[in-house]
Amino acid sequence: MKTKRVLSLLISIVMFAVLLTACGAPAQTEASSSADVPTQPATESSSNAQPSAAQPVDIEFWTFQDLHVEFYQKMAEKWNEENPNEPINLIPTVYPFDDMHNKLLIAFQSGVGAPDLVDIELGKYANFLKGDIQLVPLNDIVEPELNNIVKARVDIYSKDGNYYGICFHVGAAVIYYNTELCEKAGIDWKNIKTWDEYYEAGKKFKAALPDKYWESVESGDVWHMWPLLSSQGGDMLTEDGKPDISSAQMVKTLEFNRKLLDEGIATVAPGNYHHSEEFYALMNSGAVASIVMPMWYMDRFTDHMPDLSQKIAIAPLPVWEAGQPRSVGMGGTGTSVTKQCKNPDLVKRFLAFAKLSKEGNIEIWNTLGFDPIRTEVWSLPEMVNSDNKFTEYFVTNPFDVLNSIKDEILSVNVSEALPATLDAMKNSVLTRAYTDKNVDIPSMLAEEQEKIQY
Amino acid sequence: MKLKRWIKSLPYSRKIAPYVFISPFIIVFLLFFVYPVISTVIMSFQKVVPGQTTFVGFDNFKNLLNGDFLRAVTNSVIYTVITIAVLIPVPLIFAVLLNSKKMIAKNFFRAVFFLPALVSIVVAGFTFRLIFGEMPTALLNSIISNFGIEPIKWLGGPAPWTTFFALLMLCCWRWMGVNIMYYLSGLQGISNELYESASIDGAGPLQKLRYITIPLLKPVTIYILTISIYGGMAMFLESFMLFNGNRSPGGAGLTIVGYLYRLGWEQANIGYGSAIGLTLLVITLGVNAVMLKYAGLFKKGE
Repeated sequence: MKTKRVLSLLISIVMFAVLLTACGAPAQTEASSSADVPTQPATESSSNAQPSAAQPVDIEFWTFQDLHVEFYQKMAEKWNEENPNEPINLIPTVYPFDDMHNKLLIAFQSGVGAPDLVDIELGKYANFLKGDIQLVPLNDIVEPELNNIVKARVDIYSKDGNYYGICFHVGAAVIYYNTELCEKAGIDWKNIKTWDEYYEAGKKFKAALPDKYWESVESGDVWHMWPLLSSQGGDMLTEDGKPDISSAQMVKTLEFNRKLLDEGIATVAPGNYHHSEEFYALMNSGAVASIVMPMWYMDRFTDHMPDLSQKIAIAPLPVWEAGQPRSVGMGGTGTSVTKQCKNPDLVKRFLAFAKLSKEGNIEIWNTLGFDPIRTEVWSLPEMVNSDNKFTEYFVTNPFDVLNSIKDEILSVNVSEALPATLDAMKNSVLTRAYTDKNVDIPSMLAEEQEKIQY
Repeated sequence: MKLKRWIKSLPYSRKIAPYVFISPFIIVFLLFFVYPVISTVIMSFQKVVPGQTTFVGFDNFKNLLNGDFLRAVTNSVIYTVITIAVLIPVPLIFAVLLNSKKMIAKNFFRAVFFLPALVSIVVAGFTFRLIFGEMPTALLNSIISNFGIEPIKWLGGPAPWTTFFALLMLCCWRWMGVNIMYYLSGLQGISNELYESASIDGAGPLQKLRYITIPLLKPVTIYILTISIYGGMAMFLESFMLFNGNRSPGGAGLTIVGYLYRLGWEQANIGYGSAIGLTLLVITLGVNAVMLKYAGLFKKGE
């Protein structure tokens, strides 16, 4: 009788204990799983004289893009070959775009759970520079290289003189022409130097091919119009980071695009973005002759528009008046080191190796097809003459274009107000400017400017 | 001695046993519901940034008085109203038909109506996006072109009704079967004797529907109404999937939760997001409370 009672008490205690420790369990399994991950460097280094120093260091890495993982894994392999004394073990995790940024925000807010190394997209970056910044300043690795890289590509991830991220690419804005359509309409795209000439060419194009479009614009994104704004010295934000979407430059840009739309020369991209399936299909069918997009749009062509192979030329953008800068660096993903990282020094050196070194930048082109930020590699023979899907696809060599606009690539202003400003542009301003029937663009812009809160 | 006996008798206490049995639920409820709600209330009065969280009084709530939030509320309300207007009478009629003895292939139709509920919204939204594509080659536009109608820009086009039509189609397609199930289970609880005695009194099928079926299904209707109000006001994923992201031309598909997500997460303004969430809670609670009061659910015994 008594033993039965003791037994039942015991069982209930065990049940409660299980209930209460349920929360603690995952941490334990996590620790054990990361401990017994077998790694190549570990076995290699066992023959080393200092086995304790050669224990591979785990670097947890979050990203939202599979391709970035491939790149970092290649760089980690190279690092381990070159630094047998300090092997690293890269543990990448790929999350969906929004998920990753949200998780990171929570990890920073709560102070636990952040990875060592993380990719943060430019449009989201400002969110992570609020309050006490939870990222490690990278000045000691960035500053020695400032003369070798496009400075704007680290400036956009900086605050108060500290650099927190390093970009993958320059993201230089260019214009893509469908050469086949240009020929049919009798237009020589190489001679288009100003937006006026571009407009005249559009009129000629429309007369020759009335059922096709000279240009496509996005009502849900800003890539197609930001360069038009920048080359006039305008921007989405003022220099001190306030929203500035009602400037004269903005009015001129939007009114120009609206004129092309009203005359049927341009069309609003179906699906509203140049990243929608509908637009890929339309472009692929050869119905649009040109689009303004950054260099990183190249892989959308190769992956989603196979029929246009050998028909697309990359060219520097037209300008409003001769002499204006012909490009602007847009978009981007900064890789940053978090304050929760246990070996910030090592991780920083690995980051510098991967993204600032010459071989890292060559790998960025080969794996990712981006225009790397280290300018000296643009003219290297192995880059210019490289043989990959991009050089096969495009009529013009991307690096010829890059080298010709090398000193004209502007940067955009970035501040905490950028996410809210871009949201206003994408959700409201551009739709109204391009599709509302009798819109008065200056007063509409003034009204939208008032509404932005950040 | 007394204490010892008390401890010994503890596991057998009839007073304590119920609490022990419900404790897992209570603990989970306190931890994952009450605590987040309380911290949401606190955060709605704060500006939340890492390491520098400060109280800002009612600033977050004052910010709510802007065009975008009003747009979100209007969209959510219109969506809720039209989904309720369709998703209560139509399933009711279908359920009555499916329950009728004269209906053929009953189980087949039940399965067909219910299947969409098993499809993930992500997949459904993606498919509907392709159906409602704006190109002349998209499914719906190619169908209407047979009737000589020009292709319509369904999603975020110049007329707001096209967007609501797409959202409504998605919602109806998905939830019709679930509501039919609710009504079917309600119908099976109505005694046959009532219908028999009505027949003896000379009532026709329509009168039976009007005076027996509909009044006796009232509890089910109220239940569906309650969850539909909540579901409609909190709609987010459908619009998110249909527009391929939390953005739509001119805010055509902006909902309250979409606005919360944009401000709270995409712009990292969690304090403001909390204020939006609280407002949504107050709106849905208020509407439901009024609705339930008029439906007579709070009256005891009748």
